[in-house]
Amino acid sequence: MKPSLKLLDYSILQQCMHCGMCLPACPTYVATKKERHSPRGRISLMRAVADGELKLSPAFADEMSYCLGCLACETACPAGVDYSNLLETARAEVQSAGLNQTFTSRFWRTVTMRGLFMRPRLLRFAGRLLWLYQRLGLQTAFRKIGLTKLLPPDLRRLEPQCPTIATKFSPQLIRPVETPAKSRHRVALLTGCVQDLVFAELNRDTADVLLANGCEVHTPPVQPCCGSLHAHNGEAAAAKTLAKRMIDLFPPAQFDGIISNSGGCGNHLRHYGALLADDPVYAPLAKLWDTKLRDIHEWLLEYGCLAPRTGLGDLTVTYHDSCHLTHGQKVTKQPRDLLKLIPGLKLVELPEANWCCGSAGIYNITQPVQSEQLLVRKVGHVIGTGASVLATANPGCHLQIARGLRQAGSPITLVPPVTLLARAYRAEQKRKESRRG
Amino acid sequence: MSALTPAQLARLRAIVGSENVLTSPEDTIPYGFDGTAALKGPAETVVLPGSTEEISAVVKFAGEYGRAIVTRGSGTGLSGGSVPSEGCIILCLTRLDKILSVDAANLTVRAQCGVITAAIDAAVQQHGLFYPPDPGSMKISTIGGNVAENSGGLRGLKYGVTRDYVMGLEVVLPDGRIAQFGNACVKDVAGYSMKDLFIGSEGTLGIITEVLLKVLPRPAARRTMLASYDRMEDAAQTVSDIIAAKIIPCTLEFLDRMTIGCVEDYAKIGLPRDCEALLLMETDGHPAAVAEEAEQMLALARARGARDVRVARDDAEALQLASARRSAFSALARVRPTTILEDVTVPRDKLAEMVAFVAEVAKKHNLLVGTFGHMGDGNLHPTFLTDERDAAEMARVHEALEEIVTKTLALGGTITGEHGVGLAKKAWLRRQVGENSHDLMREIKRAWDPHNLLNPGKIFD
Repeated sequence: MKPSLKLLDYSILQQCMHCGMCLPACPTYVATKKERHSPRGRISLMRAVADGELKLSPAFADEMSYCLGCLACETACPAGVDYSNLLETARAEVQSAGLNQTFTSRFWRTVTMRGLFMRPRLLRFAGRLLWLYQRLGLQTAFRKIGLTKLLPPDLRRLEPQCPTIATKFSPQLIRPVETPAKSRHRVALLTGCVQDLVFAELNRDTADVLLANGCEVHTPPVQPCCGSLHAHNGEAAAAKTLAKRMIDLFPPAQFDGIISNSGGCGNHLRHYGALLADDPVYAPLAKLWDTKLRDIHEWLLEYGCLAPRTGLGDLTVTYHDSCHLTHGQKVTKQPRDLLKLIPGLKLVELPEANWCCGSAGIYNITQPVQSEQLLVRKVGHVIGTGASVLATANPGCHLQIARGLRQAGSPITLVPPVTLLARAYRAEQKRKESRRG
Repeated sequence: MSALTPAQLARLRAIVGSENVLTSPEDTIPYGFDGTAALKGPAETVVLPGSTEEISAVVKFAGEYGRAIVTRGSGTGLSGGSVPSEGCIILCLTRLDKILSVDAANLTVRAQCGVITAAIDAAVQQHGLFYPPDPGSMKISTIGGNVAENSGGLRGLKYGVTRDYVMGLEVVLPDGRIAQFGNACVKDVAGYSMKDLFIGSEGTLGIITEVLLKVLPRPAARRTMLASYDRMEDAAQTVSDIIAAKIIPCTLEFLDRMTIGCVEDYAKIGLPRDCEALLLMETDGHPAAVAEEAEQMLALARARGARDVRVARDDAEALQLASARRSAFSALARVRPTTILEDVTVPRDKLAEMVAFVAEVAKKHNLLVGTFGHMGDGNLHPTFLTDERDAAEMARVHEALEEIVTKTLALGGTITGEHGVGLAKKAWLRRQVGENSHDLMREIKRAWDPHNLLNPGKIFD
């Protein structure tokens, strides 16, 4: 059955009482002041489609694509409208209707959604090729002699944005099972896709922090993509397939916690129950899965996190809330509390900390103009805090804001909260060892 | 009425710029409603002007072709005042969003009509000043809309409503002329007080384009308390006792049993589910006066049999206590697909009787109704939790509303305390104000706007 607004439980649409409280929270409404670019405006269009008053049109497709999917509206909504469900259904319907597609967009969609992000080994292989391209100096050389101009326009624009691929991926850094001295919990660590290719070190840091807090960490070397990219971009069937593979790899009954360290993935991962509700075999497993799924910061605060006794020197840090961690998973206090555990670390609040940075999945690729405006706004606030480190817990935000800071010539570095914590534990360990020595 | 012709649209585009005239269904459908439940109208043409002069030109254009104009700001109204009518031009004023000046010497602020209400208070706060009206939608409602609806808020008892802060207005009249009313003088008796005719006129007499507002020094201190009661009458009587003791608190808000249950289900803040009423009390002003008044209010609440009274020690705790009241509407709105928010108002001493009556009516018609609201000014918000697709239930909702209105009027109350008449309440206006008063209102409208161009069909037919 194809996803469709007409078949969706109508009460989800009806739950919107069009009070307008979402408007000031919505970056695209605030930028344009046009109702169609607001959550309640988009819902009214979806409802018009469901009611048969509006046909699926390229303009409707554009609007669904113009939404960041940051879910700030869900935080602001008094009536608890399930906007992410509505948006995913609308995007899926647009997708299956084949609206707004060019040959190249279809090509890249097939390569990514149906190819790379369905096959973890292939993705790593592609990552390795990209790494070689960057390492062997080909990138610099190609740029110098203008070879990149031969790329199709979409890729040419993206080429400079391409993140630096990590030298080692997670399986080279983390053994399948690692056990602490005193084990209190058994947890699974999800390594992510982009996360694994670009921020494999963060996965190592996450494992270290879990180990330091009494967790036996299970990290299978080959893990499927969680399917969030597919669900957010209208590929519902693929999202279900991937969710099942994930549950097969990590039977939820075997773990006390299933840990995600990426805001966007985590928000999708904790809703497998709803995604697989109609599946006779997987529905109960998915439900159990949801109860075990935790964001790393959430897990640490819930089960107790040791305060490191050694700090990282005098360090002024500010924190950016990734949309899906704050609006999707409602995890806002925990990362800040973790940062405050580090001795000598001064946490300064970032103005508009929970305003989208414009990364928003592949939004910076599909909507470059609006994305850039949001990035400039974010970078301005970050620089204004006077902090030397920006902590954030989502790879998309990390890459986007790092690029913005580079463009602005700012020396501020980006470090995930968990990495700061892992560094503090290591510093403590080192001090202990040097005392002994 | 047929759609505007391409030539007519070209003229509109020439006035406001082509990007500010919207005609495609994807652009206009989102302007077919405001914040009122279950009300919708045909939205074909939306115009977003950028200045008073452009508004005047659009109004003249509309007059030429006999097109109605329905004005809106952020579209948060709760009586259908900005729901479009057949063939109308929707005039959306959100682009006029500049605060023009803050005058700390004369205690005034001048702003364009599309400025967000909360932005006005934020702007004057920098000068140690205070704009008191705080309608529930203040984070997005526009000041022009607040004046047109004469919006209220939580501070009505002590600080009054929007009308009490309007010193001057700039208005585009139905024939396109631009007129100014009022000024920064505290005293001004030159001629009729014309600005007062436009406040609360719901877009039927003119288009408010600029406002001059009075502001106050910001209160230095505030104290927050939350009391629970076994009987609504005791909570209401506490309010009467406080006022009889010559204390005017800035906030006296209540929640009924049904609302308390929903808030607890939703926010889990440890409210007692078995009490009949919660009363949130706040006093503000000079620190010494606040401390003394808070003591007295506490004693009065206890004397009336309050089961438990909690006093906030700091701002964080005050926020926590107030969250019970602040999440009332959110908690109720989640329960069923359709939420109908009413705002009948009775004299303060009749409030407990009215709350009991609403609960009775809900039971009789087998409906879910939670009531909360402003106990200090008698303004109730009976909130119907229903489903607009269920015709039988909606019929019972209408019967229940009819009974609530009849009781309200019998108690000397009003059909609307702060939401306005619009489309939602117009069936009852004549019953409340009487034939002569109703006729006079219509005569004024006819004399002022003989072609019935501005927001036709709102307030009365």
